Amino acid sequence: MKYQVNEKGYYGDFGGAYIPEMLYPNIEHLRQQYLEIMQERQFQKEFQQLLKDYVGRPSPLFFAERLSEKYGTTIYLKREDLNHTGAHKINNTVGQILLAERLGKKRIIAETGAGQHGVATATVCALKGLECVVYMGEVDIERQAPNVARMKMMGAKVIPATSGSKTLKDATNEAMRDWINNPVDTHYIIGSVVGPHPYPDMVARFQSVISEETRKQLKEKTGSETPDHVLACVGGGSNAMGMFYHFLDDVDVNLIAIEAAGKGVESGESAATTLLGKEGVLHGSRSILMQTADGQVVEPYSISAGLDYPGIGPQHAHLFKVKRAKYVSITDDEAMQAGLLCARLEGIIPAIESAHAFAYLEKMKFSGNETVVICLSGRGDKDLDTYMRYFDL
Amino acid sequence: MNRLNQLFKNTSKPILSIYYTAGYPALESTLDIAEKLEQAGADFIEIGFPYSDPLADGPVIQNSSQKALENGMTLHVLFEQLKDLRKRVTIPVLLMGYVNPVLQFGVENFCKACAEAGVDGVIVPDLPMYEYEEMYKDYFIDNNLTNIFLVTPQTSEERIRKIDGLSNGFIYLLSSNSTTGKSTGISGDSETYFSRIQSMNLENPTMIGFGISDSTSFNKAAQYTRGAIVGSAFVKFLDTENALNQIPQFISEIRG
Ligand SMILES: Cc1ncc(COP(=O)(O)O)c(C=O)c1O
Repeated sequence: MKYQVNEKGYYGDFGGAYIPEMLYPNIEHLRQQYLEIMQERQFQKEFQQLLKDYVGRPSPLFFAERLSEKYGTTIYLKREDLNHTGAHKINNTVGQILLAERLGKKRIIAETGAGQHGVATATVCALKGLECVVYMGEVDIERQAPNVARMKMMGAKVIPATSGSKTLKDATNEAMRDWINNPVDTHYIIGSVVGPHPYPDMVARFQSVISEETRKQLKEKTGSETPDHVLACVGGGSNAMGMFYHFLDDVDVNLIAIEAAGKGVESGESAATTLLGKEGVLHGSRSILMQTADGQVVEPYSISAGLDYPGIGPQHAHLFKVKRAKYVSITDDEAMQAGLLCARLEGIIPAIESAHAFAYLEKMKFSGNETVVICLSGRGDKDLDTYMRYFDL
Repeated sequence: MNRLNQLFKNTSKPILSIYYTAGYPALESTLDIAEKLEQAGADFIEIGFPYSDPLADGPVIQNSSQKALENGMTLHVLFEQLKDLRKRVTIPVLLMGYVNPVLQFGVENFCKACAEAGVDGVIVPDLPMYEYEEMYKDYFIDNNLTNIFLVTPQTSEERIRKIDGLSNGFIYLLSSNSTTGKSTGISGDSETYFSRIQSMNLENPTMIGFGISDSTSFNKAAQYTRGAIVGSAFVKFLDTENALNQIPQFISEIRG
């Protein structure tokens, strides 16, 4: 429990709801309702049903034999890449769309970086017949064209964010502005464990199904519910939070969060938030973010659009500060090589985001037979263009 | 009692406040604009300190903030410029901006720097009431700074009462739930909400902001409150040629 949010919306020093008054009624309404709604029998029934029949859960826990052989340890992959729409993001959007219905909202907005969250949101909006508007940085629209097409095909309107770095943080600003201007009929489906309280907690709860299943699957396969190491990449931190959630209180489980170092931590083109950031407020919560001495947000960089974010969720900031999880970083090049290796050894092309987690295996030292679980947060279809260009395929 | 309280106490005509962004259009324009505004008859001013991610602002103020940052504006530069504030300007001055630059500056240091510069109050829209009360209120009080809260058409009566209790300058009523520069004019719905606030008989005076861009909206606002704040319309005006010398015309047109 000590790693979870308190009644004021804080994880230690981090969290809260730093929002202008224009957003207060919506956030407050959500805060008062979310736990109650999520605990309703009917809600849970519908949520579980959709996770099973629509998303395709439980996602398999796959023993990666050849990777295990290479690294001399036992490696399992939590296959979020096999979910409908190809990433973990849909666990959260299925949950939030059911919540939005119960809040009486008619219009859904979302931000997206890699486009995975945008696609996952457009998907559930089509499923429920709700209007969907997705904000996406102009730069990301270019590098994730297939996802833009998927969103449009499912009836979503994709609006380019043209301010600032024209990536995820700017798309998030635009989504918040939209919500300010449409306070009554609209629900904002945030795509990660960021934003004002209660979003980080709500999204973590929806994603916690990842570790809930993993424990059961590990028990079946190894006889023990807990592994030695758990690895996940961190953009805002939702797949990592979902992967860590049910292991937080098992202090013997090593939790490792992998950030994007971009062209190198010292290169000026990086998204390694815990290394480069300081405490501050971004998008409604107090956390760790990359910023200048004057408190201006620094534009991040990563080859992977989903990790190209200058902050991390407040719960991650807390886990970092109290050292419950270890935060490390992986460069573009290391991630690309790891993606290729996974394709060659396991016949699985990972999303470049997830490939960052795989790359960390190179830096670990294993003694004997340790168990490692990696969150394979998404598949690489959306990244084929980037892979092709990088490897001259 | 600071300059702001005095203004509300001693003024009977509608009060006009102007918002603009420090360091825009040029890094050094901050005090020149303040001086011109006072000469032109503005009653008080709100100087925005820029932030890279102004999520409550529309394109006009986003743009002025970005330009100001490119021009080199920071809180340190601003306080350097404000050393001459009280040599050149006598009307009340508020600073307005987002919480993160203030946190990096240090809230206590920020409040002290405001007091030293002769700043009368602060508007930080994304500093929540809870955090203000629990962590920062004393710094404001020690430095005789007024913290201004916003109220929207959706703000509950209970919350407005609480805000009234925490305020000691004025309460900033948003004409509609929107980002800055979004709406123009005052709708019938807004008037219903202004009447509702008026009938609450709050301790603090109220001012209306957002959507005030001409004499019609200004004078309508003044029917329900002590006056109004013009932001985006003025910032947009600053982009026109020879704007600094046209400020008197701008102000007299708003007053109508
Ligand atoms: C496959 C995949 N993994 C990871 C992420 C990063 O997000 P988060 O850190 O919230 O899991 C994204 C974001 O788009 C993604 O698409």
